[in-house]
Amino acid sequence: MFKEKHFAFLDESSKKEIRRAVLKAVAIPGYQVPFASRELPIARGWGTGGLQITLSLIGEDDIVKVIDQGSDESVNAVSLRNLIQETTNVRSTIRTQEATLIQTRHRIPETPLKEGQILILQVPLPEPLRNVEPSEYKTKKLHGEGDYSGAWLKMFEDIMRYGQTATGADHPVCVDGRYVMAPSPIPRFDNPKLDNSPALLLFGAGREKKIYAVPPYTQVVSLAFDDYPFRRERFAGEKCRLTGLSDVYLDELTDETTGEIYYQINDSSYLLEHLNRETEMQTE
Amino acid sequence: MTQWEKPVLTLKNFNKTFGNGCSFCKDKPENLKGGCCPKCRTIYACRDVSLCVYCGEVVGIVGESGSGKSTLMQALYFDSEPTDGEYYLDAYKNGERNIFADSRRQQKWVRNMLLGMVYQNPVMGLKMHFSAQSNIAEKMIAAGNRDVHSMVARGNDLLERVSIPPARRKDNPCNFSGGMQQRVQIAKALANEPPVLLLDEITTGLDLSVQADVLELIQKIQRANRNSILLVSHDLSVIRMLADRTVVMRNGQIIEEGLTDQILEDPQHPYTQQLVYSLL
Ligand SMILES: Nc1ncnc2c1ncn2[C@@H]1O[C@H](COP(=O)(O)OP(=O)(O)OP(=O)(O)O)[C@@H](O)[C@H]1O
Ligand SMILES: [Mg+2]
Ligand SMILES: [Zn+2]
Repeated sequence: MFKEKHFAFLDESSKKEIRRAVLKAVAIPGYQVPFASRELPIARGWGTGGLQITLSLIGEDDIVKVIDQGSDESVNAVSLRNLIQETTNVRSTIRTQEATLIQTRHRIPETPLKEGQILILQVPLPEPLRNVEPSEYKTKKLHGEGDYSGAWLKMFEDIMRYGQTATGADHPVCVDGRYVMAPSPIPRFDNPKLDNSPALLLFGAGREKKIYAVPPYTQVVSLAFDDYPFRRERFAGEKCRLTGLSDVYLDELTDETTGEIYYQINDSSYLLEHLNRETEMQTE
Repeated sequence: MTQWEKPVLTLKNFNKTFGNGCSFCKDKPENLKGGCCPKCRTIYACRDVSLCVYCGEVVGIVGESGSGKSTLMQALYFDSEPTDGEYYLDAYKNGERNIFADSRRQQKWVRNMLLGMVYQNPVMGLKMHFSAQSNIAEKMIAAGNRDVHSMVARGNDLLERVSIPPARRKDNPCNFSGGMQQRVQIAKALANEPPVLLLDEITTGLDLSVQADVLELIQKIQRANRNSILLVSHDLSVIRMLADRTVVMRNGQIIEEGLTDQILEDPQHPYTQQLVYSLL
């Protein structure tokens, strides 16, 4: 049976319901709002939480960018972007400053976000207390009571075990002095970008059926003990092999022919822009 | 008894039921069978329990399995909500505020700062897959400490006191013997130097020689810190060794109380008599 595809795939009542959850999330920064996660033609755990937010918010004038672990061209990013474009016909871009909606997994772009933009992060595990408290009923209560001992305990245990806070990614943050939140598996390098962000930050967990938000210009503090201050990854003073830049998140790669380890900017569109700018300057 | 003037802990008319009750059992205790309503199966786990603990005193609670001892302890530690009753601690708002009626946040504060609990089952009191050090730190973190070095130092002190060797302090309690687990629980309970300790069957399930070690440890700590202790056991020899005063519970009610020596030598209630003589 032929069925015309609806704009942005989801029916309007589903979108409305998701937008209501988003509004509630914005009104209570860092609080996980439950929502009725919809079936999508993509398996859960592959970004359906982020995708449902994107599809609920997108309008004809939006310009969309999709990234996966910093790359616009990975298979996941491409298939999500194709789905969005096929069902909406909106423009897409890889330029961060041009996009109105940015759906991402594992990274926040290097180019600073600005007012009016919405960053949508895909979240596998929204509950920052889950590895100390398995029961959802109990974690809900703990959030209500503002009891975050469990999150601190986890960090303390990491220090006991590894001599430092071991969270490479998804390091917990406190939003607006109230809710402790899992920022999704972004590297610690990106945590400071959450603080006082001019853009609206939305988080969608499809499998776990939760939406949460950091509204623009909200204080976001990474949890840290007094004598173990929060630190971003530092890449031991290494530079990007192609651009020579150092204050960016770098991938550690191995040269396949020489076996040598080298570093390269992880954010692919940022890297591309930087390289383009350099060639422009050289040709001028 | 002049040294014990103002109770450190006062519990008044505490009730805890599991179930909603029915017209047959509500306000008709005579219809209950062994603390349970035969019609609606509501369990009256604690009925009208009132007791107090004075400064530096060890009060024992004895009673058969199912008599409501753990139910009572868990309510005192805010693990479960009471059905009704009043609960005062001298160290909290001058003993003038019913803590059961206070906010959950206040109750947690009381629990972290004024109480230490050792559970019969270590699984309830410890995070088995976190190091012993972290288990102790949990209490300090809950009390607002954000300084790792000071918590590690305090943890080492406490673990030293309960004889957990340095080499085992970063191990997980799931790899410890039962006696070691109880000692970690004790160290944890002491972390914030609470005036009141709640000890629920802390030696049940341990080998006799290990039992003796743990009891001696409690005795040593109590003498050094002058903690006030509420101690549950169905083992009268534990009660005889540690408790100044003893309360006997049956079917959720206190049926007899008095100085431990008196209770053991001259029990009044037939049930207590049976309990004491069966031990001899
Ligand atoms: N969560 C619960 N739900 C229903 N009934 C409960 C619950 N907890 C305890 N009870 C019942 O309340 C009564 C008192 O139990 P409690 O655990 O307080 O006894 P106890 O004196 O500690 O026994 P023991 O010596 O075996 O530890 C029992 O009948 C028990 O089955
Ligand atoms: Mg018990
Ligand atoms: Zn009944």
